Amino acid sequence: MPSDFDTSDCYTIPGKLALPYTYFAGRVGSRFITTLRDRHKIMGVRCDHCDMVLVPPRQTCERCLRDLSDQWCEVGTRGEVVNYTVVRYPDRHQPRPVPFVLAMIRLEGADTPIVHLLEEIAPEQVVIGMAVEAVFAVKTTATIRDIDHFKPCDS
Amino acid sequence: MARRVGICAVAQTTYQRDKWHERFQGMALEVLEPLLEKTGLDFSEEQGIGMSISVSDDVFDARTISDNAMTDVLGAHMRCEEKVAQEGIQALYYGLAAIQSGHVDVVLVLGHCKESQGKSRNMVTHLAFDPFYTRPVGLDFTAAAGMQAQAYAAASDVTDDHLAEVVARAGRMARMNPATPETAVYSREEVLASPMLADPIRAHHAYPVSDGAVGMILAAEDRARDICAHPVWITGVGNCMDSFFLGDRDLTSNFALKKAAARAYRRAGIDTPRDTFDVIEISDQYAYQQPMWMEGLGLVDEGRGGAWIAGGGPDAMKVNRSGGMLAGNPLLLGGLVRAAEVSLQLMGQAGDRQVADARRGLAHGVMGPAGQFHAVAILERD
Repeated sequence: MPSDFDTSDCYTIPGKLALPYTYFAGRVGSRFITTLRDRHKIMGVRCDHCDMVLVPPRQTCERCLRDLSDQWCEVGTRGEVVNYTVVRYPDRHQPRPVPFVLAMIRLEGADTPIVHLLEEIAPEQVVIGMAVEAVFAVKTTATIRDIDHFKPCDS
Repeated sequence: MARRVGICAVAQTTYQRDKWHERFQGMALEVLEPLLEKTGLDFSEEQGIGMSISVSDDVFDARTISDNAMTDVLGAHMRCEEKVAQEGIQALYYGLAAIQSGHVDVVLVLGHCKESQGKSRNMVTHLAFDPFYTRPVGLDFTAAAGMQAQAYAAASDVTDDHLAEVVARAGRMARMNPATPETAVYSREEVLASPMLADPIRAHHAYPVSDGAVGMILAAEDRARDICAHPVWITGVGNCMDSFFLGDRDLTSNFALKKAAARAYRRAGIDTPRDTFDVIEISDQYAYQQPMWMEGLGLVDEGRGGAWIAGGGPDAMKVNRSGGMLAGNPLLLGGLVRAAEVSLQLMGQAGDRQVADARRGLAHGVMGPAGQFHAVAILERD
């Protein structure tokens, strides 16, 4: 602001964007979520053409565009940390008080890692390649957070 | 052969932390008026600006259809108006296509963004994620960048010391740029001492929140030569969108950037991009991105960004003489500001940061988490 700026008759209006909405998860997404919620199983889809197991599952392989909607396969609830960061800035959209670890975890049998919370370990002790397992949520939210978090386990 | 398209004039506001005292329409007007003055153009049906393209974003503006509140400033009232709610350099591509199609001869591009309006820029980028798989774990562009920075640190020779030099240099460069009067100038020691934000990204590695606007006039070749003495020609544009899920990508591969660059180089007739550009402006939202994107552009050896920084590569190759995004441009405008900066250099209007006799330059924009989308534009003068 210029130093000689006249602030008389300058009024700022506080506002908030908030709009309740519903999203359709899609048939593939719906089955992933309900299977996770009701049976504590993590499902992917296999693309035979690309020889890949994709998690989260999706209707179409984005590489070859083949329909994968009935190519279900179960992947493990254990996996390996392939990458991570430590989130240290607090913000309203975050699921935990900071600091917390967001890790990319490749589940057993999957080719594509998912991003999830890694807990029950100090951030400084996280290493690439460590074995982790899913801890399921006590209360369902019908999202990926039906896995509450991952924790270290024996490989 | 499609007709050539030239950038005839550019204008921008300053980029500052909080322009609370200026409406976004006011910021846009601050850009529009010098553009009209420099070119002598108006919005008449016959010879005036035939299309206005707004670069704006509904969530940053906190109102949907962000362009409809400013048709007067865009010169779009009862006229032809378009909007790009993507990385602003895409408006350059859009205008290029509109002119090459023959539909219009003269295009106004005008982008604005007030990052300060929202309480948190991270909350805005959080909304880019889907509600089932990625939003519930709190992802935003900073956290995604943290993971990419971690992977890049493991795959390259870039160290914390190199990144401190990138940030310190950005501050030094920004001092020469009148558009970035507030940019902090940190010493390397201060950068190294700043706390972690999203490991290994430090607080000073992240681009500052800022407000501002930028615009340009594009015209078909015959009109461009009438409008200004030295148009800057858009000789090649390329872009590429990578996979949405971070886990579907190799975060260190620079896949999308390599594709975008290859497309732009091919269209500009460039076989060997090294030693081709007199000036380079890349969108470095976080310090690690400056060496990483330079590798992706094929201008630095793969995995050797650290040696490039240590050897004075950024100065030698005239990278981000403006200060880059680290000096502060709003998210939406980064690439468009880069294109404006390269244009100023090629027009010989870059003031204290002018590169002598610059004839060919590269401008780069990036959008989406961890470099999902990249766009590259090659600009040249006669």
